[in-house]
Amino acid sequence: MNLLEVNNLGVQFQTRDRVVHAVNGISFTLNAGQTLGIVGESGSGKSQSVLAMMGLLARNGQASGQAFYKGEDLLTMPSATLNRIRGNRMAMIFQDPMTSLNPYLTVERQMTEVLQFHKGMNRKSARARAVEVLDAVKIPQAASRIDMYPHEFSGGMRQRVMIAMALLCEPEVLIADEPTTALDVTVQAQIITLLRELQRDFGTAIIMITHDLGVVAGICDDVMVLYGGRVMEQATAKSIFYQASHPYTIGLLQAVPRLDKDEETLVAIPGSPPDMARLPKGCPFCARCTFAQATCRNDMPQLMVSDLNPAVLRACHKSAAVVMSVGALEVEHA
Amino acid sequence: MLEVRDLTVHFSVTAPNAWPWTANQTLKAVDGVALSVAAGETLGVVGESGCGKSTLARAILNLITATSGSIVWMGQEMAGASPQKWFNVRKDVQMIFQDPLASLDPRMTVAQIIGEPLRTHHPDMSAQEISQRVSAMMSRVGLTEQHKNGYPHEFSGGQCQRIGIARALILEPKLIICDEPVSALDVSIQAQIINLLKDLQKSMGLALIFIAHDLAVVKHISDRILVMYLGHVMELAHKKALYATPRHPYTRALLSAIPIPDPDRERAKVIQLLHGDLPSPINPPSGCVFRTRCPQAVERCANEVPLLHRLDDQTQAACHLA
Repeated sequence: MNLLEVNNLGVQFQTRDRVVHAVNGISFTLNAGQTLGIVGESGSGKSQSVLAMMGLLARNGQASGQAFYKGEDLLTMPSATLNRIRGNRMAMIFQDPMTSLNPYLTVERQMTEVLQFHKGMNRKSARARAVEVLDAVKIPQAASRIDMYPHEFSGGMRQRVMIAMALLCEPEVLIADEPTTALDVTVQAQIITLLRELQRDFGTAIIMITHDLGVVAGICDDVMVLYGGRVMEQATAKSIFYQASHPYTIGLLQAVPRLDKDEETLVAIPGSPPDMARLPKGCPFCARCTFAQATCRNDMPQLMVSDLNPAVLRACHKSAAVVMSVGALEVEHA
Repeated sequence: MLEVRDLTVHFSVTAPNAWPWTANQTLKAVDGVALSVAAGETLGVVGESGCGKSTLARAILNLITATSGSIVWMGQEMAGASPQKWFNVRKDVQMIFQDPLASLDPRMTVAQIIGEPLRTHHPDMSAQEISQRVSAMMSRVGLTEQHKNGYPHEFSGGQCQRIGIARALILEPKLIICDEPVSALDVSIQAQIINLLKDLQKSMGLALIFIAHDLAVVKHISDRILVMYLGHVMELAHKKALYATPRHPYTRALLSAIPIPDPDRERAKVIQLLHGDLPSPINPPSGCVFRTRCPQAVERCANEVPLLHRLDDQTQAACHLA
């Protein structure tokens, strides 16, 4: 049995004048020690898909499909059962550590609360365990700093507190929603190294949500590229970075300024991301795609096995062979 | 064109838990920074949050008054200059801000926003001419005539940044200071804005001071790069030299920390992790400000402040060991 198996997950929001389909048809499996990367621009639905799995959608949001944790569907289980799993077997790290920690409570209270609730520990042994975990995420003088309030920590340290809190119950699945976006690069390097070590030592499965392709390259085994709430391409990290076969993935990779290359001009993707409330009938990327034809505007391409590599899933009317040969030409030309 | 020497910006802050009669503490946001910009050149300024790069930008434009030091613009000394003198200089030096939406007045239309510098600096210009110039500038930055009467909230982040760029360029300035102009944008939009800035620079002969925390973006646009840490300049070098042979340990750490979008290279590379946190600028370390986190620090670093010195014709660094 897979640790986590998600089938055809969708998220809809009921707004005053229409239904917004934020996420459509996401499927993946995740096992111990693996890392899945979910990549996409703002508004592509990457955060909403994991919030749906954790039962944290806004009140007007509705999830559809199935998300099995060890065979139990997270989307339909009663909230009492879900409460025993989330924070315990599945934990989440949020983007902004300042707004996701409670400013009124000391770090100690926020951490011991988790252990008292999930593990039934008393306050004293919970505190000892919390100090141990803060030590593990390399917070200096953990025993004394645990009594501080969140605002007394720097940004990087606060993110460590968040990670420590997520790790308290040794979860099997760790969901990291842009854990390093608010941090400086040197601090980001510290946090990514820490996540890698934790995965190596505890075999935690990680879902890493990010827009930074460099972070994905460093830590992910499998990658899912989202655009307009749909999966564009889903494959191993190596395949995504070295043999990208979807026009959007290729465009995204070319648009990133890189330290290891000397490019004169960046190849930008023209246009801007779609309005989620007014998605086109066909492929969400068609308005910005150089390959787009009438079929792309009218029919939604289904996520299918690539014609070149059976391990790659892609949603595009054009065959992978055509896209990749033209894509390669453009790169040479640039 | 612009020459800044020994620029210092200090803020006076109240100490935490202070008595009313205790003296205020000094926060040294920028401490002894020197730089120069030639016509048509791009100077990149990089550093982590809190290193003083935005304060530096604001001090150059006198949006924050510098505590000491000299700012020479086209041969005129501007430190302590009258507001009238600054008003004239601002025709030639404009700024683009980080948050594209917050830097635009929500109650003005796009045409009013872009035309405002013209109305301020050329009060006798006719409305018709202003309108013509605004239209011409809008098409140059990739906005269409239909956008003219829209309000900022109707636009996406990338488009708002284009409006900000149009507003900065309408007076045909000689220097633009860009304070993190792309860090709030998505990757695909970021590339559009960088390309736009590069094209405009070429066609208008602009000089840019480009401030960012992302070394990859800065590399793409700059000729020379200034690396800052805790209000001090660590290294100032030509682009190629800085990326090929970084001389300051901080530059090396910063470069190695940037993730490369290539799984094989990213996993093979050795990251030089910096331990600990940025020290407080209220109470910076003695000697070299970087020594508390520097992997190579020796005793001399604690006692003696390293001065920015020339290592070869490409590079200047402030390190005893470089």
